[in-house]
Amino acid sequence: MSAQTEAIRKGRREGSPWTGLWAVVGKEMADHLTSARMRILEVLIVLTAAGTVYAALKNLSSSGDDSFLLLKLFTTAQDPIPAFVGFLGFLIPLIAIALAFDSVNGEFSRRTMSRVLAQPIYRDALLLGKFLAGLFTLALVLAAIWLLIIGAGILGLGVPPSGEEVGRILWFLVASIFYGGIWLALGMVFSIVFRQPATAAMGAIAVWLFFTVFWSILADLLAQALSPVRFGTVEELFSQAQLNLTLTRFSPNTLYSEVMLALLRPTVRSVGLVLPIQLHGAVLGTPLPLHQSLLLVWPQLTGLIAATILLFALGYVLFQRREIRA
Amino acid sequence: MSELVIETHKLSKRYGDVVAVDALDLAVQRGEVFGLLGPNGSGKTTTILMLLGLTEPTAGSVRVLGLDPARRPLSVKARVGYMPDEVGFYDDMTARQNLSYIARLNGLSHNEARQRIDSALARVGLHEVADRPVATFSRGMRRRLGVADVLIKNPQLVIMDEPTQGLDPEGARSFLGIIEDLKAEGITVLLSSHLLHQVQAVCDRVGLFRQGRMELVGTVPDLARRVLGRGHHIHIQVQGPLDRVTQALEKLPGVVEVQRGEDGRFQVAATHDLRAEAAQAVVEAGGRLLGLDIEQPSLDDIYRHYFEEVNHERTD
Repeated sequence: MSAQTEAIRKGRREGSPWTGLWAVVGKEMADHLTSARMRILEVLIVLTAAGTVYAALKNLSSSGDDSFLLLKLFTTAQDPIPAFVGFLGFLIPLIAIALAFDSVNGEFSRRTMSRVLAQPIYRDALLLGKFLAGLFTLALVLAAIWLLIIGAGILGLGVPPSGEEVGRILWFLVASIFYGGIWLALGMVFSIVFRQPATAAMGAIAVWLFFTVFWSILADLLAQALSPVRFGTVEELFSQAQLNLTLTRFSPNTLYSEVMLALLRPTVRSVGLVLPIQLHGAVLGTPLPLHQSLLLVWPQLTGLIAATILLFALGYVLFQRREIRA
Repeated sequence: MSELVIETHKLSKRYGDVVAVDALDLAVQRGEVFGLLGPNGSGKTTTILMLLGLTEPTAGSVRVLGLDPARRPLSVKARVGYMPDEVGFYDDMTARQNLSYIARLNGLSHNEARQRIDSALARVGLHEVADRPVATFSRGMRRRLGVADVLIKNPQLVIMDEPTQGLDPEGARSFLGIIEDLKAEGITVLLSSHLLHQVQAVCDRVGLFRQGRMELVGTVPDLARRVLGRGHHIHIQVQGPLDRVTQALEKLPGVVEVQRGEDGRFQVAATHDLRAEAAQAVVEAGGRLLGLDIEQPSLDDIYRHYFEEVNHERTD
């Protein structure tokens, strides 16, 4: 008690900001896992996985190459069906936005916000609890899909996974969760800013569309404008391409697809521009060990995590300043 | 016990240029039912949010149960139950699940929570529908669930914002019964409302709010004296020599005015309650007393009179 009084006298807040955090996480996760919205998305993702993996299995069993077969389950496309990872690029944002777009403004419109905040918890616990619940739900769904795919692979191909493959698949899972984390945090920011859940959903989807469709076009144009090719020298061409790449990496989609490429295709040696001189002495076509592949996309991976944290921090600041009265 | 449960000193809240609450001094005693009255937008809800530490005051100080809600929000919120206006619940969850979430947020153990939820639901008469989704509840049931929700934490102080708004008369009456039960248990209740006869029925004291200021505080009769500026109105019905009765009544000390109506009815305005003296005077003057009644000052009159008066002053 005296320590507490001491802390209060110094102007610090009483108690832990995370009081009640796990109560919020538990309730929100139960909500997510039982909601009709989540069921639809689960069915969607399971059907996608089943279709793409089935196609990949047919393709793989007819080809002779048998290295990293499990990874190929994720990346093999059989015309006209794209690879599973191709679907993930937009399924994950869709799930994340669906989990988050009404998380805060929904509490206001149901008029439960003031009742919940009148309990002995801080706002911090409510917001972080909602975010963690979304992230855990996402992790749960993705982990289940991953396991299903591996299981289908073992049954269909008759090849047990190697430690190397399992490691790569797990790291890819981590990257996928944080890729979802970005969209989850973005959805929450919009749900704090906009009072209407529909507006928040539209806002988040607009941002996602912007990065999926328009950003690469815009990066192209910007690179041409900022670093024009006047004389057609190699340096000019190279610096323009470099700028273009840097710009596209502002999009989480680019970061995610680069991580995906390096982790699931062990033979990939670079995700950026490579000059022939840099390949001197490299034995092309030989796979890199896992830690080398990780090193290759470490900036991208940390970038995904950092963006998630930054967006959450933005939402946190906005939520703390929000007036509670509806 | 005259311990102060709520104490504010020069409490103010401004949103930009708008003054929501202006230098409020409020003192509520333990065990009291206190009513905050005023038109919409007069600062009642803002005051309540500041008492709970959900909004920070611009200036002034607040003490709730002796604690500062801005500095010790967890202690305050663990002891104070708050029922917001138009209280909302998670519609797809049952009543019990809704309450159990609140119990977990309050850090109650599983067993303790179950006991308190059962007893709270029984007290507000919802134990039979405890496992139905809240989406099926009527407005009155939701309000009662709101009270159960507040009771989960065994509060010392309960704050209710517009608790009876939108309820049918029967629902409102049973709700007022619940408030009286709370009072009987020694729980202090602060409620805001603009449904005056209901406030009058349950509140020990009321405070009139206008544009962020609480200008009048007191019991209802007390306010009547101050606002209506008149004393007591006594209605008498008499058979017999009406002129002599009139004279006798007029002679009574404290009588301001005697008005004669039809059928031997009199209306006597007096500075204090003269019923006994008036009855004696009627009988001594040879009249037969058929009826005797005193007009209770109504909060409605006070309210209307007060706000009319204020508006007159402002238009002048």
